[in-house]
Amino acid sequence: MNIYSKPAALAFLSALVILVGTTVTMFIPLFLPSTHPVSRYVRPYTSVELEGRDIYIREGCNNCHTQMVRPLISEVLRYGEYSKGEEYAWDRPFLWGSRRIGPDLIRVGGKYPDSWHYRHLQRPRSVSRLSIMPPFGWLASNTLDTSSTFRKTVIQGFGYTRRQVSLQIRDATARVTDPAYSSKATRDQLTPVDLENRLTEMDALVAYLQKLGRDVKSMEATR
Amino acid sequence: MDDTAYNLPIVRHFMYSALFWLAAGLLAGLWLSFEMFEPALNLTPWLSFGRLRVVHTNLLTFGFSLSAIFSTAYYMLQRLNRTILPFPRLARAHLYLFNTTILLAAVSLLAGMNTSKEYAELEWPIDLLVLGFWTMYAVNAFAILFRRREQQLYISLWYLISMTVTIPLLYIVNNLEVPVTLLKSYSMYAGTADADVQWWYGHNTIGFIYTMPILAMFYYFLPRSTGLPIYSHRLSIISFWSLIFAYLWTGAHHLMLTPLPEWIQTVAIAFSIFLIAPSWGVVINGYYTFGGRWDLLRSNYLAKFFMFGISFYGLQTLQGPLQGLRTLNAYFHYTDWVIGHVHMGTMGWVTMIISGSFYYMIPKLTGRELYSIRLADIHFWLILAGQLILTMVMWAGGILQGGMLKSINSDGSLTWSFLDTLAALFPYYQLRFAAGVIYFAGILLFTWNIIRSVSTTPERVRK
Repeated sequence: MNIYSKPAALAFLSALVILVGTTVTMFIPLFLPSTHPVSRYVRPYTSVELEGRDIYIREGCNNCHTQMVRPLISEVLRYGEYSKGEEYAWDRPFLWGSRRIGPDLIRVGGKYPDSWHYRHLQRPRSVSRLSIMPPFGWLASNTLDTSSTFRKTVIQGFGYTRRQVSLQIRDATARVTDPAYSSKATRDQLTPVDLENRLTEMDALVAYLQKLGRDVKSMEATR
Repeated sequence: MDDTAYNLPIVRHFMYSALFWLAAGLLAGLWLSFEMFEPALNLTPWLSFGRLRVVHTNLLTFGFSLSAIFSTAYYMLQRLNRTILPFPRLARAHLYLFNTTILLAAVSLLAGMNTSKEYAELEWPIDLLVLGFWTMYAVNAFAILFRRREQQLYISLWYLISMTVTIPLLYIVNNLEVPVTLLKSYSMYAGTADADVQWWYGHNTIGFIYTMPILAMFYYFLPRSTGLPIYSHRLSIISFWSLIFAYLWTGAHHLMLTPLPEWIQTVAIAFSIFLIAPSWGVVINGYYTFGGRWDLLRSNYLAKFFMFGISFYGLQTLQGPLQGLRTLNAYFHYTDWVIGHVHMGTMGWVTMIISGSFYYMIPKLTGRELYSIRLADIHFWLILAGQLILTMVMWAGGILQGGMLKSINSDGSLTWSFLDTLAALFPYYQLRFAAGVIYFAGILLFTWNIIRSVSTTPERVRK
């Protein structure tokens, strides 16, 4: 009699064996501060940015775009300051990605005006020759569903009140529908007339893209 | 024990499921590979690359591989324990629930319900279904093991047992999420911690689907097909325990040069290098089992599936750890090189072994010879050629892309824009599509051969 004639014992022992590496490299680190770095410069997403992030997830943008600049000369030259753990404190789930079919996006916020993003999302090749990104113009025809936005911010632990969430949504709507909005012409061009005064999925996605890496940039500016 | 008493329809039905999801997953893959040089193929939101890519990976990892694993597991478990499937109706329910789950997975992913965590994209209600069918399988598996009439547990059973207990742990921990609605949830973990949990899962789920059960098939079907006994029992013991021990430490080699604490990355590198030993323990055991009987590659149409399969496993388990080294990772990570790596494992190792195993089982299921051995030979050469072209093209493309992205002029500026690097890859992407077509043709022959083998057998002879 040995373990190779006792299936329950073999199952138990193999479970123990796999738990060793699991405990050391995954379970214990979950409780270490080093996997939860925070910084006062890094602020949670606004409600609308969070909704934009969910559209980014829904459309699987993370399959082609990373959000991780590695500390390598060529990457810092191409994208900007390398990524710090603190920046991802509010990222549930994380969106670091594993493949760059398109460029990294963690420093894209503020790099282009909103109008560039609207145009690019509608027809990528109109601003980016030879791009193979799918077109996302149809996002402008979808009103942003905000029915569970408050619940989302609660689960994310952003700490907004219900009133703050509706104010954020109202402000974002006011911003993109304001005649003085600098990207108004481009936005209206691709937004159906009946949605021009409402917040669309496209608006939320652009808001999210413009937030990416902004905290690090503003931190650098204060230095 | 009388052969006819075993429950074989369940084996056959999971075999059909495997072939169906294989074809579906490959079609998604072909469409995606075309999109990568002709973006006009992103016709609708649900055909756009970001959504379709996860359909491809999920259908092949879970749809195809899991059904092939269940098919062969139900076969091996009954045979190796000389015990009839105790709960045939539970197994049937398992079959239905499994296929329903995969269908729901595909539909929900096409609809954009996607948690974004790789190989764990399914939303929480589908996660519960996954755990449901896994439990159904595990009940039958352990019931067979407890009622067995064979004293010793053969090597293949060790691998199946470790898979059966490990997969649920991985799946549950990484999929812990807070539901927002029925169709949307957020991960329990944030940022760096989420990344660590995800790649602990991602690496090991692939290991416990694409390695452990496939090794179980290798250890069972190679000796069965060739009549050659396993070379060293001791080597299989050592490699089994060291493989399942070391595997779980290495997830962080997917997170090199990220903000993940450096010690976790370094530990992952060390264990990745160590993993070459147990992996090659199996490879060497396989080669010595074959023991210079290279003539069998000619005379036994099954032998080449297993010997080429294990050779690709050997190459895969050398390439993988090397890619994990920081310097090489800095160059290759995020490029097509990794796509080549993955496809050598899946198209070379996994599919070769599953093909050989299915072909071996067919006469046991039908009571007659395979419909066409010649077709099986052509199938072999087509999937070998398709896989070799695809992987080598992707490696070459990855080397080119990595180099272009890193290239810096003497004045300190970047030589190439991102779009330059993309444009340089178009010829590679076109070749990759052609390779995919060759491979797909081989898989169609495989499917046709299996269907004809069963359908030309009279109902009363079928088992």
